[in-house]
Amino acid sequence: MKIEILGTGCAKCAALEKAAKDAVAKSGKFAQVVKVDDIMKIMEYGVMSTPGLVIDGKVVSSGKLLSIDEIVALING
Amino acid sequence: MFDWWESLSGYFVYSVIGLESKSAEALHFFIYDTLKIFILLLGIIFAVSFLRTYFNTQKVRLYLQKRSQLSGNVLAALFGIITPFCTCSAIPLFLGFMQARIPMGITFSFLISAPLNNEIAIAMLFGLFGWKITAIYIGFGLLVAIFGGYIIGKMKLERYVLIPINPIEGELEAVHISLRFDKRLREAWANSFDIFKKIYLYVIAGVGVGAFIHGYVPADFIARYAGGDAWYAVPLAVAMGIPMYSNAAGVMPLVEVLTQKGMLLGSALSFMMAVTALSLPEAVILGRILHTRLIALFFGIVALGILAVGYLFNLIL
Repeated sequence: MKIEILGTGCAKCAALEKAAKDAVAKSGKFAQVVKVDDIMKIMEYGVMSTPGLVIDGKVVSSGKLLSIDEIVALING
Repeated sequence: MFDWWESLSGYFVYSVIGLESKSAEALHFFIYDTLKIFILLLGIIFAVSFLRTYFNTQKVRLYLQKRSQLSGNVLAALFGIITPFCTCSAIPLFLGFMQARIPMGITFSFLISAPLNNEIAIAMLFGLFGWKITAIYIGFGLLVAIFGGYIIGKMKLERYVLIPINPIEGELEAVHISLRFDKRLREAWANSFDIFKKIYLYVIAGVGVGAFIHGYVPADFIARYAGGDAWYAVPLAVAMGIPMYSNAAGVMPLVEVLTQKGMLLGSALSFMMAVTALSLPEAVILGRILHTRLIALFFGIVALGILAVGYLFNLIL
C-alpha cells in the first residue's frame, strides 16, 4: 500500500504527513508514506486544495487535516 | 444583545474592584470587548465553517467552467465568500482553474474575494462594527474582486504564467460530498476551535491596546495628528495595512477604537481591506508560478480598487 501526502509545505501538510505515519503504525498494515512536493505531480491528481491524501493512486481527501482515526478508517476501508 | 454584559462587567469594574476614572474605563472596555468578541467569533466562524462543508473548490471550478466574462467574475467573487480557502493552496487552485480553461480574470476574481471575505475578518467586523459595516465591507470587497478580475482578464496576461498548463480533456467530474449532518457539525466545530486557538491571543492583544487607546488617547487624536480627512489618509491606511496581512483578529479591534478617535470610516475600510486582500505571503507563493509583472499588476489593481472604496466613503459618510 502506498500513501501519498500532497502539499507544498503548509503547516497542515506537515501535520497530515505525521498523522498518516501514526495511522499506518496504528493500523498495523504495511504501507509506505510519501510526501509529494512537486506541484506538477499534485496537479496530475487534480487536487486544488492542499493537503491532499492519496491512497494507492486514488485521492481520498483534500484540503483537510484528518485525524489519525479517520486515516486509519480510510486505510482499512 | 450584549447590554447585560456591559452592565455586569461595568458593575464588576466600578463597584467590586472599585476602580475609578481612566484605568477603570480602559479595564471595563477590555473585559466587555474581549468576551463579546470571543462569543461572536466562535459563533460566526462555526456558522461559516458549517456552510463551507457544502462547498469545495472542485465544485466551484465546475460552476465556473463555462462562464463568460463578467458573469463569471461575479460568480467567482461570490464563491470566494463561501468556499474554504487557504493561502497555501493558492498555487494548486490557480493551476486547477487554468487547467479547466477558466479565464484568468475569473480566477483572479476568486483569488481576490476569497481572502478578503475570510471568516475571521467577517466575524471580527460583525462583532466590532455591526452588520451594516460588515455588509458594506463585503459588498464593496465583492466589487473590487469583480472589477479587479475583469480588468486583469481584459489585459490578456496569460503569457506571464511561468509554467506550462495542460488543459484537462473532456468533461470535469462532479464531486459529491456526502457527509452526514452530525459529521458536518463536528467538522465545523473542529475547524472553529482550530482557528480560535490560533487567534485568541491576537484578539486579547488587539483589544488590550485598543482599551488603552480608548481610555487614554484624546478623542480628536487621529484628526489632529494623522490627518483624519487629509487626502493622504486613505493611501496611508492602505500602505499600513499591507504588512499586517492575515492578522485581522489583532488589527480590527484597533481600527474600531481609531474610528472613535476620529479616523474616517472610508480610511478604516481601506485599511481593513488592505490587511486581508493584499497579502504578501500569497504574492510570494504565487511568485513561484507567475511573472513578477503579473503579481505587481494584480497588487496594483486591487490596491487602486481599495483606495477608490476609501475615498468614496470618506466623501459620502
